Amino acid sequence: MIRIEKLKKYFDDKVVLKNVNLSINKGETLVIIGQSGCGKTVLLKSIIGLIQPDGGHIFVDDVEITTLNRKKLFHYREKFGMLFQNSALFDSMTVEENIGLALKEHTKLSAEEIQKRVEKKLAVVGLSGINDKMPSELSGGMKKRVGLARAIIMDPEFVLFDEPTTGLDPIVADTINDLIIKTSKELGITSIVVTHDMYSALKVGDRIVMLHSGQIVFEDTPAKMRKSNHPMVKAFMKSYI
Amino acid sequence: MTINAPFFWIGDRIISFFREMGYMAIMLFRILRGTVYIFQHRHLVLKQMLKIGVNSLPLVSVVSIFTGAVASWQAAYQFEGFAPGMSTYDFLGAAVSYAIFIELSPVLTGLVIAGRVGASIAAELGTMRVTEQIDALETLAIDPINYLAAPRFTAGWVMLPILVIYSYLIAHIGAGVVALLLLGVSSTTFFSSVQRYFLVYNVFSGIVKALFFGGGTALVGCSIGFRTEGGAEGVGHATIKAFVFSSAFILISDYILAVILF
Repeated sequence: MIRIEKLKKYFDDKVVLKNVNLSINKGETLVIIGQSGCGKTVLLKSIIGLIQPDGGHIFVDDVEITTLNRKKLFHYREKFGMLFQNSALFDSMTVEENIGLALKEHTKLSAEEIQKRVEKKLAVVGLSGINDKMPSELSGGMKKRVGLARAIIMDPEFVLFDEPTTGLDPIVADTINDLIIKTSKELGITSIVVTHDMYSALKVGDRIVMLHSGQIVFEDTPAKMRKSNHPMVKAFMKSYI
Repeated sequence: MTINAPFFWIGDRIISFFREMGYMAIMLFRILRGTVYIFQHRHLVLKQMLKIGVNSLPLVSVVSIFTGAVASWQAAYQFEGFAPGMSTYDFLGAAVSYAIFIELSPVLTGLVIAGRVGASIAAELGTMRVTEQIDALETLAIDPINYLAAPRFTAGWVMLPILVIYSYLIAHIGAGVVALLLLGVSSTTFFSSVQRYFLVYNVFSGIVKALFFGGGTALVGCSIGFRTEGGAEGVGHATIKAFVFSSAFILISDYILAVILF
């Protein structure tokens, strides 16, 4: 379980997060929506320790992570996987090397065993047989799926998705939505999805949180969101319809 | 524009210079702490050695051969009429050799590496920063300092001395060819002069300089690359900044090392 208490973040004079309080339960898929620049990605990156907050606390399984030293933070990150907005694949490595890197660095598995595990994860994301391709040879959707395979290679407890459907056509975007649902359910992962794609939010989310001006203005199920009278929520729902 | 503006500009530059030095000191500390993982990442060190060392050989060859050639030609010009009645060409090999060992090969090879390698490290790591590849390494619980910076730093300080030794050889050949073909000094005269005044300490001092230049260039490239922001434009700025800082580092540290070593 992840518990966020009174989280604050500023960039120079700009307040990005103001006293954000949030709990993410084990096994659920939480979607964070909001306009561009509202602090969604900052919140996500704070959870994995890529951004140091200016105030507040983040507890993961009751361990406060904002005060961990660098070594302990790396140890804690082994519980996490993250899919980046632009996939962030290592462009000097093949697909297999990208996905297998964490196994190579953190385990003593043989090259054959690593290859087997990579192939298994590629099968999960529906991309068998592309082990030797370079990221530059892949389409946007394929890159996202390879990014997802890389994120789940260590069988993490939590997977963070930063704008997983941005820049994809609706059909490919929907396959990514299906993959998020599939991996979350099949692997028992707790997922946190940041998006401004309402279709995606309503489809994959067990619970949806809306951020506006650094604060949470809505937090409930997709069904409740559809009926909400909050003006920001209504504006978002309107874009979906 | 107020009358104070130039002072603010100068103050701002001084502060940013010291900030840069601070970042580099922190980066050096973290790299040195990360060198315990170097054996684990030996394949990355070898890859960087290939990029920094082997792939620089053609450029170092061209620079060294012409450095030797011009040193020989200029030395002969400066010796003309310097000691009437004496065959000043007897000292040509020794004079050129001293210059090559102590100054020309280490500094010019260092500057070539600053342009070719320091800038390319900053561009490569800068691109990885702005495309979130460094963040991706962190999320995989892999320390980017140990994985990216330490191998580059190690390859830098190991390979530059090797390149400088290679440059010594090529520069002497260039100088010898010019002496023979254009100045009419026989190879025997030229190289016996080199041999007569040869000091191991000169070779050693050049290698010590190369150690600093190689490590410093890689450190500057890593430090600037890791802090790149602002997309493609930011990567461009980082590349230029890395070249300027590493060139300045080489020239300033060359002076300091010259004072210490001689």
